[in-house]
Amino acid sequence: MDSLNSLIDGFGTALTPVNLLWAALGVLLGTAIGVLPGIGPAMAVALLLPVTYGLEPTGAFIMFAGIYYGAMFGGSTTSILLNTPGESAAVVAAIEGNRMAKAGRGAQALAAAAIGHFAGGMIGTILLVVLAPTVASLAVDIGAPDYFAIMVLAFIAVTSVLGSSRIRGLASLLIGLTIGLVGLDQMTGQQRLTFGSLQLADGIDVVIVAVGLFAIGEALWVAAHLRRSTGKPIPVGRPWLGRADVRRTWKSWLRGPLIGFPFGAIPAGGAEIPTFLSYVTEKRLSKHRDEFGKGAIEGVAGPESAASASAAGTLVSMLTLGLPTTAVAAVMLAAFQQYGIQPGPLLFEREPDLVWGLIASLFVGMVLLLALNLPLAPLWAKLLRIPRPYLYAGILFFAAIGAYAVGGEAVDLVILLVIGLIGFGMRRYGLPVLPAIIAVILGPSAEQQLRRALQISDGSVTGLVDTPFSVTVYVIVALILLWPLGRKVLGRDRA
Amino acid sequence: MSDENNTPSRSATARSWLREHSELGVCVLLLALGVLVLTDALTMSVDITQRGPVGPRTVPVAVGIGLLAVAVLLAVDVLRGGRGEAEGGEDVDLGEPADRRTVALLTGVFLAFAVLIGPLGFPISGALLFWGSAYALGSRHHDRDPLIAAGLSLVTYFVFDNLLGVPLPGGPLMGVL
Repeated sequence: MDSLNSLIDGFGTALTPVNLLWAALGVLLGTAIGVLPGIGPAMAVALLLPVTYGLEPTGAFIMFAGIYYGAMFGGSTTSILLNTPGESAAVVAAIEGNRMAKAGRGAQALAAAAIGHFAGGMIGTILLVVLAPTVASLAVDIGAPDYFAIMVLAFIAVTSVLGSSRIRGLASLLIGLTIGLVGLDQMTGQQRLTFGSLQLADGIDVVIVAVGLFAIGEALWVAAHLRRSTGKPIPVGRPWLGRADVRRTWKSWLRGPLIGFPFGAIPAGGAEIPTFLSYVTEKRLSKHRDEFGKGAIEGVAGPESAASASAAGTLVSMLTLGLPTTAVAAVMLAAFQQYGIQPGPLLFEREPDLVWGLIASLFVGMVLLLALNLPLAPLWAKLLRIPRPYLYAGILFFAAIGAYAVGGEAVDLVILLVIGLIGFGMRRYGLPVLPAIIAVILGPSAEQQLRRALQISDGSVTGLVDTPFSVTVYVIVALILLWPLGRKVLGRDRA
Repeated sequence: MSDENNTPSRSATARSWLREHSELGVCVLLLALGVLVLTDALTMSVDITQRGPVGPRTVPVAVGIGLLAVAVLLAVDVLRGGRGEAEGGEDVDLGEPADRRTVALLTGVFLAFAVLIGPLGFPISGALLFWGSAYALGSRHHDRDPLIAAGLSLVTYFVFDNLLGVPLPGGPLMGVL
């Protein structure tokens, strides 16, 4: 019951007027961002990093969490009304949701999605409250070799599980590691890849890398391929559900989190896989299987609930182990680093106000989101009509402010543009962006932990595998690496 | 001259082969980056600063070797017919060829902003950035665009500089006001 008491204290933090304001601002921004095409939650959080320079950490993270959850809510609106999902998590919602909207049941689809997000987020956050302190206390005495193992797991998982090509994921990871190397070596002060420039000796700020890859890279990429005729959103009324619909969907809302939460907690690419799995499950269990593909409401309710629960699962790994499993978590981790806070098992002991305030604000945010999204959905849908030149010019504008605010130097803007062009090239040639950003954020600390571990063991490599924890993690890494091989063998047997 | 006339098809096929395999350019860049990282690591003087068995050199060397290996593996993949899938999106139409002019214009506008923010300050250079980008992206409302740009830039300046405590340069305009 310890965590229950902490949670009540957390509500004390979350319900102060200032923090309520940040939560409200976060969910408003998040919903708008989710609805707006072209801006994902990771880009939004990256663009807002400079705002945090003047904020205290609790408020900033409450706002970021609001953006994360809000973008999940808003993303499904775009999927359902426009059939062009921006967030990968919302792809599945478009399958059935857009069919429903075309058949005049858009209001029901939006309601099923919004309540699904609410249910998934609530259940996911409750699981977070129950599990996170346990995970943290289990992991509390892990040392340098264990941290290094976790980071290796993160690197391997993002390059192998995501995307269609491992080799391109690996290329992206190495580009990120290289960017992370620039600057003074943390342990010896040795200059690396600075080419004698004072500017580079400080390293390239993570904010500049994140904004460059996510915002500038994306804006340039869209600019090169801007759709001349944007699709017309389907007009829709206020979302509501009839009794028959509720009877069909309540089980789906409850099933979604069971699939979404565990997948969010492991580095398997966030909400993409669990939403799809949830869709398949709902299809198999539904009594209206013939409706699937023509607008089945279960196919909206289940996956959307899974998506929000996976966001809660992501926070478990991020807060207790410092392991980012999605792009948003990676950028939030960068924000923690800006404040000099190290997420990990000790976070719950050292910063209880921050952590429990953040968790409590998730509950607050969820209620706000439901209130914002059910009655106001038609209003949000209007955002889809914003002229695209303004939208992408605005992204460039705020990206420029973000990079300039880091140090007040014009050179940073040039570095930002160069990284943006790298991001453009990566999108052109199918190199995923996520491994690069995770490598930039985790690379330097991975190197430190590696060197610390080897220092303790006096250079012997066995020092990296001398704890049960690290051995377990490396076994998982090996399984991920060998998985495609095994699948090939199995496939050959079948053939 | 006559040479070119004799082999138009060969040079054309070579060019189209290169265009189809433009991804090899990525391999070249990765290779160059790998060489750069390795040279930097190996020319580093580590004698005085080394503490513990692993010095500042080890990880860069590993990353450099990794880059070289990935460059080669990617080249093999491309030559075998592997293709990186271009990223889709809500406003992305991959059916048409890339619009390089827009990207070049946007890059120019952004560089101009980096140069102008010092002398002109944020409110003016920021408005130019927004207006220029919107123009490059195809907006042709000559009455509305500059007004939106100026309004956005001024409001943002005040919000960041006064409310959020993120200092931005005011420039001559703020000196006058």
